[in-house]
Amino acid sequence: MTGDQQTLALILFSLFVAVTLGITTWVSRNRRGSAEEFYVGGRLFSPMENGFAIAGDYMSAASFLGISGLIALFGYDGLLYSVGFLVAWLVVLFLVAELVRNCGRFTLADVVAARMSERPVRIAAGASSVTVSVLYLVAQMVGAGSLVGLLLGSSGATARTAAVVGVGALMVVYVSFGGMRATTWIQIVKAVLLMGGAVALTVLVLIRFHGDLDQLLTTAADRSGHGHRFLGPGLKYGGDWTARLDFLSLGLALVLGTAGLPHILARFYTVPTARAARRSVVWAIALIGGFYVMTVVLGFGAAALVGPDAVRASNASGNTAVPLLATLLGGGPGTTGGAVLFALVAAIAFATILAVVAGITLASSAAVAHDLYASLKRRRARQRSEVAVARVAAVGIGAVAIALGLLAQDLNVAFLVGLAFAVAASANLPVLLYALFWRNFTTRGAVWSVYGGLVPAVLLVVVSPVVSGSPESLFPGVDFQLFPLQNPGIVSVPLGFLAGWLGTVTSGETADAAKHAETEVRSLTGAGAV
Amino acid sequence: MDKHDGRDPGTVRLDDPWYDALAAGWGEGTGPAARTAAPGPAGPPPRPRPADIYLEVQRSAAFQEVRSRYRRFVVPAVLGFLLWYVAYVVAAVAAPGLMARPVWGAVNVALLAGLGQFLSTFALTWAYARHARLRRDRAALDLRWTVFEQAHEQARDQAREDRDARGARDSGGAHDARGARDARERSRGGQGAGR
Repeated sequence: MTGDQQTLALILFSLFVAVTLGITTWVSRNRRGSAEEFYVGGRLFSPMENGFAIAGDYMSAASFLGISGLIALFGYDGLLYSVGFLVAWLVVLFLVAELVRNCGRFTLADVVAARMSERPVRIAAGASSVTVSVLYLVAQMVGAGSLVGLLLGSSGATARTAAVVGVGALMVVYVSFGGMRATTWIQIVKAVLLMGGAVALTVLVLIRFHGDLDQLLTTAADRSGHGHRFLGPGLKYGGDWTARLDFLSLGLALVLGTAGLPHILARFYTVPTARAARRSVVWAIALIGGFYVMTVVLGFGAAALVGPDAVRASNASGNTAVPLLATLLGGGPGTTGGAVLFALVAAIAFATILAVVAGITLASSAAVAHDLYASLKRRRARQRSEVAVARVAAVGIGAVAIALGLLAQDLNVAFLVGLAFAVAASANLPVLLYALFWRNFTTRGAVWSVYGGLVPAVLLVVVSPVVSGSPESLFPGVDFQLFPLQNPGIVSVPLGFLAGWLGTVTSGETADAAKHAETEVRSLTGAGAV
Repeated sequence: MDKHDGRDPGTVRLDDPWYDALAAGWGEGTGPAARTAAPGPAGPPPRPRPADIYLEVQRSAAFQEVRSRYRRFVVPAVLGFLLWYVAYVVAAVAAPGLMARPVWGAVNVALLAGLGQFLSTFALTWAYARHARLRRDRAALDLRWTVFEQAHEQARDQAREDRDARGARDSGGAHDARGARDARERSRGGQGAGR
């Protein structure tokens, strides 16, 4: 990459940072500091705005760069990710979005704790929300580090550290000064930029092939060196049965995890009614679905035009496929068009990371202040002080994420994202579904369900090949590997559901029929919703 | 299931025998004071609590119709798309040969199945949104108003009773303040519907 490209990319990126800081200042000019305003932006966003913000919250750099890269390298197996990430939204739309909007106020724990003895449930749900958020944050931080490595053409340790620290500092500023309103507008701007970039590149790819998709696929298959096997499953996950089972586990985590991600759940509280929440999910599905279709075209386009060998030579896991494709589409390396498109893609990827981390930081600071602090504190916190706690929590979470992001720099980004989804699917989804739909669900069931999913998910990762026992693991020197799979979902998700059921049937407490009635009526009608 | 008739739950009979049985059976959790029947000297019917409104509405035919409409759509749809997705993923890992079978040009079974997943997701999204808009939204809004009006009425009755009873007794004070606060909170929520 040339100096011109770097300068241009840095200018574009600085422009984005300036715009987002401007937004933060603008929305916080009349700040009164109420919890309603800080956590959910006053609940006044329109469905379309919220739909764009959801899409901006969900489509991370891992999917923009990572999935296209996987498709460029392994063909069809990369496409399986796109499908999982999209189908997951049906779970959200059918079972979660409207009901959560009607029953909760700010966090996941609000929905669950309404029916239960509040304190233990809130602490459990708050703890698992923070765990999921921090895992997801670390993934994005590592992504930011590697992106800078690519951008500056060297994996210079100083540049990567500076990127991680810079992203962490920016997200803390957005969240603690702008709250949900600033976060939402940043996500909307990012979603528009990302969709615009993806559409532009897709159109350029299709023009290259004169709109002939068949020719695009054939060229990609020929160029890959695998022939038509490139267009069918099995190149990446077709090895032994452990690898195949691992893929099933990942598929399960992807589809069930989205509905348990705290930063996604928080988005439904930013609209006035359940109907608006539903319409925003419909917007989000249209945007996300369109985006993933385009990543498929871009991935096969990169395979056909750049070629898997060139992609692999630039980055072993394929993360540079789209930037390389952009350079080529703009006229090739050394041309102005190539430099402009490359810089554009790099700046969009950065914007993507910033918008996603801001959303996660806000959700986890809400979990810390609204769930953990409010429950562990002796007296109930006053509203104003709770927001102050949330602002401080955002700083603390930023510091933790920066530290872990620097530690985990060599871990695979897609793996970390898959892990966050697995923990969300095991710890958050069972308790949420039980609380909304099961008449006899009790406090003990809720607490067991959260810990029964969270603890196995985390423990299985610790004893998995990711941490020890293989050359690619975090600690290659030692071997305490007991569990063969990288993704724990296939074991820990059923365990979470089982623990919730077991806790409920063994507890002496009878579920409160009046509170169940309240939850059911409120969830389906919106009565008494804030 | 009966046809939906909007304001049916509005006619709640406070002397419903179920009401006392339930109030006595599941009374724990919100504090004993709120759970015992109001000790009215002239023997008026027991004072309703906010939670009872939800129990009444839950038992009403209108609510059960909304709930069963929701479930009749969502249960088969969830089972359907989850099975279709699991079948798709399992086929990819267990039967790559079948998935790689060419259909037309470079397009094979696997690509068609992937495209099918995208299309079925869009189709189900559209169907759900349409179903909710046409079959649930109106009835749910009616029920929301029913709950709001009842809570409002309850608060007004309580305020009147409090006014009558003021000075005569002090014992029910905590209870009344609580009830009034609950009602205020709920009415604030109800007004949110207009936004």
